[in-house]
Amino acid sequence: MKELALMKGNEAIAEAAILAGTDAYFGYPITPQSEVLEYLALQKPEERTGMVVLQAESELAAINMVYGAAGTGKRVMTSSSSPGISLMQEGISYIAGAELPCLIVNVVRGGPGLGTIQPSQADYFQATKGGGHGDYHLIVLAPASVQEMADFVDLAYELAFKYRNPAMILSDGLIGQMMEKVELPPQKPRTSEFDQSWVITGKRPDRERNIITSLNLDPELQYEHNLKLKEKYNRMSEDVMFESLHCDDAEFLLVAYGSSARICQKVVAVARGRGQRLGLLRPQTLFPFPTDELARLAGKVKGIMAVELSTGQMVEDVKLAVNGRVPVYHYGMPGGKVHSPDDVLEAVEENFIGG
Amino acid sequence: MTEEIIIAGFGGQGVLSMGKILAYSGIMQEQEVSWMPSYGPEMRGGTANVTVILSDDRVSSPVLQSYDTAILLNQQSLDKFESRVKPGGLLIYDPNGITRHPERKDIRIFQVEATEEAARLKSRITFNMVVLGAYLRVRPVVEYDNVIKGLKKSLPERHHHLLPANEKAIRRGMEIVKEAKLTA
Amino acid sequence: MIKEENLVYRRTPLMTDATLSYCPGCGHGTVHRLIMEVVEEMGIQQDTIGISPVGCAVLAYDFMDVDFSEAAHGRAPAVATGIKRLWPDKFVFTYQGDGDLAAIGTAETIHACNRGENICIFFINNGIYGMTGGQMAPTTLEGMKSSTTPYGRDAMKMGPPFKITELIAQLPGTHYVTRHAVHKAGLVRKAKKAIRKAFEIQQEKKGLAFIEFLSNCNSGWKMTPNDSNQWLEEHMYPFYPLGDIKVDGKLVKDVCKDLMQKSPVTT
Repeated sequence: MKELALMKGNEAIAEAAILAGTDAYFGYPITPQSEVLEYLALQKPEERTGMVVLQAESELAAINMVYGAAGTGKRVMTSSSSPGISLMQEGISYIAGAELPCLIVNVVRGGPGLGTIQPSQADYFQATKGGGHGDYHLIVLAPASVQEMADFVDLAYELAFKYRNPAMILSDGLIGQMMEKVELPPQKPRTSEFDQSWVITGKRPDRERNIITSLNLDPELQYEHNLKLKEKYNRMSEDVMFESLHCDDAEFLLVAYGSSARICQKVVAVARGRGQRLGLLRPQTLFPFPTDELARLAGKVKGIMAVELSTGQMVEDVKLAVNGRVPVYHYGMPGGKVHSPDDVLEAVEENFIGG
Repeated sequence: MTEEIIIAGFGGQGVLSMGKILAYSGIMQEQEVSWMPSYGPEMRGGTANVTVILSDDRVSSPVLQSYDTAILLNQQSLDKFESRVKPGGLLIYDPNGITRHPERKDIRIFQVEATEEAARLKSRITFNMVVLGAYLRVRPVVEYDNVIKGLKKSLPERHHHLLPANEKAIRRGMEIVKEAKLTA
Repeated sequence: MIKEENLVYRRTPLMTDATLSYCPGCGHGTVHRLIMEVVEEMGIQQDTIGISPVGCAVLAYDFMDVDFSEAAHGRAPAVATGIKRLWPDKFVFTYQGDGDLAAIGTAETIHACNRGENICIFFINNGIYGMTGGQMAPTTLEGMKSSTTPYGRDAMKMGPPFKITELIAQLPGTHYVTRHAVHKAGLVRKAKKAIRKAFEIQQEKKGLAFIEFLSNCNSGWKMTPNDSNQWLEEHMYPFYPLGDIKVDGKLVKDVCKDLMQKSPVTT
């Protein structure tokens, strides 16, 4: 029989991290994601797999421990929530610049500032457009269920190592705190099958020394490095992932990720029950964004509405993809308030049906 | 079948764990489940609530505006959620400490004197199990055997000696639940 | 060819051929060389990983022929922690300046020391921010002029100079804490012994070894190398006295008294 568990999203991430053969986790407590470190501490992963778990003195220290550890070519991760992720941006920029694979989990809460601990999707820009200084992108995965919280851990590592790039799981307080049935994968060994030639192990006589750095004082070299990164980000589009719900015959289309996508699933079901041809495109990767699929659908539908827990962030990427072909609307509650299916249905009526 | 439930009351009444047992019970009979709590400082002594969804199909929105069943265990929760029960839905409450009773005519309303019963059982912590028993009697969405399995799953091993007391409380809840007579 | 028995000095094999980016007369190059000599003599090049800071030594990896990770400003002890926790049998050292270690990275320094990370921290104290052009550092002496304290450091406004070495010596995680200088041959020999000891402590997994090196910064101090060495002895020695502070996990000095010491006012 399959191993089924009832777990919070945060716990599922933690368990999946152990099962994915994670070598080290460095983190700092913050609501609503503290269960990740708490669960790991309780599980004694150092006995289960030899995984290192360390509570750092700050998010700043945690991300820099990740930077150090990721240089050893192993599977390393951290998790936090919005204010903590802001604090990590310096380190994330260095990790992107030095092209280190690692996993960063953001269980988003409402901001700006200390904000609220309630769920939000207002860190979309920060996650998908870089976040720290310089021209860079993270690979961004957006789980919409506890099952995906678990599944995306290993996937994030696979993509991070494929591209030598930091990957982020962009979740929120709703998915993090919610419990659902989850089928856990089997235990992976703690070994990496990826290219280790760049890793710092101590210089062996048969190779030049390996240096992990994001510094290029020579502008020509920095220029070339940035072009190389850009080429890498372009290549990532081959790994775009999305889920389509009733998109084939849709007259109107919702675009939503994560918790908003769950809410929109109900909206689509209710609308279909009323005979309205509503569809839902759910990006599972936010970077790369399903631009081509949206462009294709834009040729078939009469209007598109981005639904997100913010005043409008992902909607900009939707507009870029749609490129003016059909009207694009935004609906979403910001600041930690969560829209209900009824709220979204009202916006659907207003923009599509009545409009 | 899809059953959308809100359980709300004071922090410390076992609202969240009752929801968890219900969710586990659903898993035991191969249902899809979700359990979505209110969280934050309000959990510490203030109001707590949890939305539980049991379904034969994939669960869509864990966030709901209206519910098939509301299990409401203090006045604030009653005031907040009575209006959000779907017409034809179910409301179960403990009359202990309630000054304004539910008034809706388009839903079924049941009372369970769980506070009193838990005191009679000399086991105040089984309060939530009395309530669970009452709910299962009125809405047998999960089979009794699966509830016991769910209970076992959600209790840490070190608390398994409490299983008989909890089972007894569930059965008592099933016995004492009664349809409320509306005075209005 | 020089016969082996007549050889008095040779190029350190583990220093690369890159031209040092340090100002002539500065102590950085000497400390680099000493670390590489010890790594070579212990035969641990294959197991050694360095962490370079932000500051004058940001390019330390260009000069020392070992694997390196270049940290963000102040974060070297956290980076070292990450590496050491995954490679507990490798030798991990950070190489940091005073601004990096004792200002922006104070939290990382103190917590790595408190956890007793089994690493070596090599700390270059020249009382100034060298790379950015001579601004005030946490270790700048009272009255000392810098580009951001052009009239001298005023302790009432900017706080007194910070003796982080005496501070971390009091933490249970530190095993060996000592202060050295490298501007004279005798001092260089002593400093090398201390570096060797620090790596041996790491080999024996005894805890954190922390060495502060007083260095001149002739450019930042706007002096000739000779004058700056003399200035170092006259002004830095009284406040940052050379010698062991903690040995075998035991304090050998009254560090509380040292911490309370008022900085001499230099002009």
